[in-house]
Amino acid sequence: MLQIKPILVALKRHKAGTLLIALQIALTLAIVCNALFIIQQRLDRIARPTGLDETNLLTIQNRWVGVDDEKTGSLVRADVQAIRELPGVEDAISINSYPLRGGGWLTGVRTNPDAKKSETHTTQYFVDDHALATMGVKLVAGRNFRSDEITEIDPKAVVSAPQIIVTKTLADKLFPDGSALGKVVYVDDGTQPSTIIGIVERLGGPWNSTWSDTFLDNAVLEPYQLTGGGTSYMIRSKPGQLAAVTRSVPEALYKLNRMRVIPSERGVRTYDVVRSQAYKSDRGMAILMGVVCLVLLGITAAGIVGLTSFWVGQRRKQIGVRRALGATQRDILSYFLTENLLIGIGGVVVGALLAIGMNLWLVTQFEMARLSLLYVLAGVVALLLLGQGAVLAPAMRASRVPPVEATRSV
Amino acid sequence: MMFAYYFQLGLRSLRKNPLLTALMVMAIGCGVAASMTTYSVFRATSNNPIPGKSSQLYVPLIDNWGPEDAAQNKGEPPDAMSYTDAMALMRDHRARRQTALYPVAPSVIPADASMLPVRESSYAVYADAFPMFDVPFLYGGGWQASDDAAHAPVVVIGRALNDKLFRGVNSVGREINLDGRNYRITGVMDTWDPQPLFFDPVNTSGFGDPVQLFIPFTRAIDLKMATNGNNNCNKHSGEGWDAWIRSDCVWIEYWAELPSVAEANAFRQYLHGYAAEQQRSGRFTWAPNVRLYDVPQWLEHEKVVPQEAKVSLLVSLGFLLICLVNTVGLLLAKFMRRAPEIGVRRALGASRKEIYAQFLIEAGTVGLVGGVVGLLLTGVGVFGVTLVFDPDIARLATLNGSLIALTLLVAVLATVLAAFYPTWRAAQVQPAWQLKSN
Repeated sequence: MLQIKPILVALKRHKAGTLLIALQIALTLAIVCNALFIIQQRLDRIARPTGLDETNLLTIQNRWVGVDDEKTGSLVRADVQAIRELPGVEDAISINSYPLRGGGWLTGVRTNPDAKKSETHTTQYFVDDHALATMGVKLVAGRNFRSDEITEIDPKAVVSAPQIIVTKTLADKLFPDGSALGKVVYVDDGTQPSTIIGIVERLGGPWNSTWSDTFLDNAVLEPYQLTGGGTSYMIRSKPGQLAAVTRSVPEALYKLNRMRVIPSERGVRTYDVVRSQAYKSDRGMAILMGVVCLVLLGITAAGIVGLTSFWVGQRRKQIGVRRALGATQRDILSYFLTENLLIGIGGVVVGALLAIGMNLWLVTQFEMARLSLLYVLAGVVALLLLGQGAVLAPAMRASRVPPVEATRSV
Repeated sequence: MMFAYYFQLGLRSLRKNPLLTALMVMAIGCGVAASMTTYSVFRATSNNPIPGKSSQLYVPLIDNWGPEDAAQNKGEPPDAMSYTDAMALMRDHRARRQTALYPVAPSVIPADASMLPVRESSYAVYADAFPMFDVPFLYGGGWQASDDAAHAPVVVIGRALNDKLFRGVNSVGREINLDGRNYRITGVMDTWDPQPLFFDPVNTSGFGDPVQLFIPFTRAIDLKMATNGNNNCNKHSGEGWDAWIRSDCVWIEYWAELPSVAEANAFRQYLHGYAAEQQRSGRFTWAPNVRLYDVPQWLEHEKVVPQEAKVSLLVSLGFLLICLVNTVGLLLAKFMRRAPEIGVRRALGASRKEIYAQFLIEAGTVGLVGGVVGLLLTGVGVFGVTLVFDPDIARLATLNGSLIALTLLVAVLATVLAAFYPTWRAAQVQPAWQLKSN
């Protein structure tokens, strides 16, 4: 049975060591909880779907050289035509931006044109009738654009189109009763009515930082092809042909017209690359926090081993006496385990408060969410187990101290 | 003399408890390495890019959108200017020097027809920008105010571009072809890469490739070069270039050089007066809402230091703290295990002060070894920074002389600090009691 009182008395004689272990456990808990929470948040971000069928997808950034912005329309049409005809290419479009590209159009949407404020924000993608097939986005209601609805337009003259396709998230936001199809909404400054002719299951915005989180899955597809200095191409290859298409498309484009710049960095990217570059810092942060957690737990465990070993060495004589007076090896083992558990409990209580305090402070300083108590609970259990694990080896050694030790050099 | 002896004792004692020593050295090494790695990123991103003039260069902001839009941004005016306001400020010419600027995207068409066109980071600026921003020149210099007035086809290029196009020779006076039009080179910049890119954090998030091309603002406007950065509008600008230019869309960064506090105050007054004038004329229907930020304030306002840099620095400082608590415990164990030895030394006449000296120096030795380990780990860490941060930012985090010195210093100082309590305990050892019990 546990003898808590003598342990407490003994701990009083080792105030400094006790406090140091407890403090270390408390600080470790505070940091590990918050680090785990950061890791979870980042992994959640990375796992967010874009709505695209991301396999077999290629993106190209193109910028025209020495052409007036208004006169690029026919060049883009020629490019898209040429890409679609290449072997290995399933379909292709010219678009102003795409999910996770970073940088795109952002505007307000409202259902009532007289409302002063828009109801939510959305990104706008300017596409043609091949967009859904190229992106691999699923239409869940209504219809796609028809080719005769596509018009060419100067980006500075864009007013929302008479027919638009929206994402389900946006449709549900604007019409919570699910009746969005066929309804009229006002995109932009609210002068031009647009009828929702189709709803797609999901399509993410071009951004991936926290400021866009509240409207991430809001997107409007408009049947426009923008003129202007630059454009993005999205290309869907036939299965297994992505690598070949990644080489053949830029070659074909330069052959068609040399007066263009496809940047050497980020100019030609498969969607896998787009995704990994977009979430690079999130993934890196998760790795960094993971490494910090592991090393921290290792160091805390090592500290406990070190200090407990010292105590065991100091108390060999007392242990010998106890053994001589009839304590079993098991009693000695449970003494040290209980001692560690008591210190650990003291540490985790303080640590839990610290963890919550640290999170509250982080919330005020950075755009961070509240720490879920589940993490604190998991951290508490992990640290108590870590303490017990760390103390096991020195405690075993203590339990093997022979009773004869009591008689030595008194 | 005694220092060398204690240092030797320290080294010997390190070898005596190899496990405990290894634990301490690793703890200090890891703690210091984590802090220094994240600090190197923090230092790079919170760097003062133009130390000599950071309190003389100012960004004025004017609220041309009104309180409803400002309310969405904590009452702050838009962080860029409309063409209307930027031109009014340029005309009034109230600062010692001033420039409006915006990123443009011309393509350089090499004379060599076998080379493909290239794009470089480019800005449209006024002549004042070069002396204002302390741009260093390898050959020639910036263009003159008269070139601004004449909307002249002149250009300043960067050293890297000069190397690419002219194999590094003095190209001043020669011409380059941008988007099919010829520009005369007035100067070749020496390597100039202020980090953060203070004059345009709005469009670059503060870090990016060095600028390789400057063309006159007035020329860029003539050629209807659209901004290559953000264009924010609170309402529809209307169709075409002319409507856009006249609209309240914001896309221009404005900089003023105001060498003294008095001049800065006068300029602030002037800004206020300008906004009040716009209100009187009916263009603004709200009271003046203007700002004037110097470089550090501006970088802070634009949140140039990435959130990752701050959070990871904080976490690693916490990490270092835990490593130190750990070291205090281990040192305590290590020192107290030698209570008999201390007792003998004290009995033989060593004073408390000498015990202090011996053990603090021993701790310093542990710290130094920990620092060396930390240095190796920091090297690995700085290499690993590319995992977490943008390549543009990661390239700034380097293990240079000052970081090496700082790593060792922090390691030794932190360990000595951690050793104070264990040393105090060691010095309290009663010689008589120790001798008796052995």
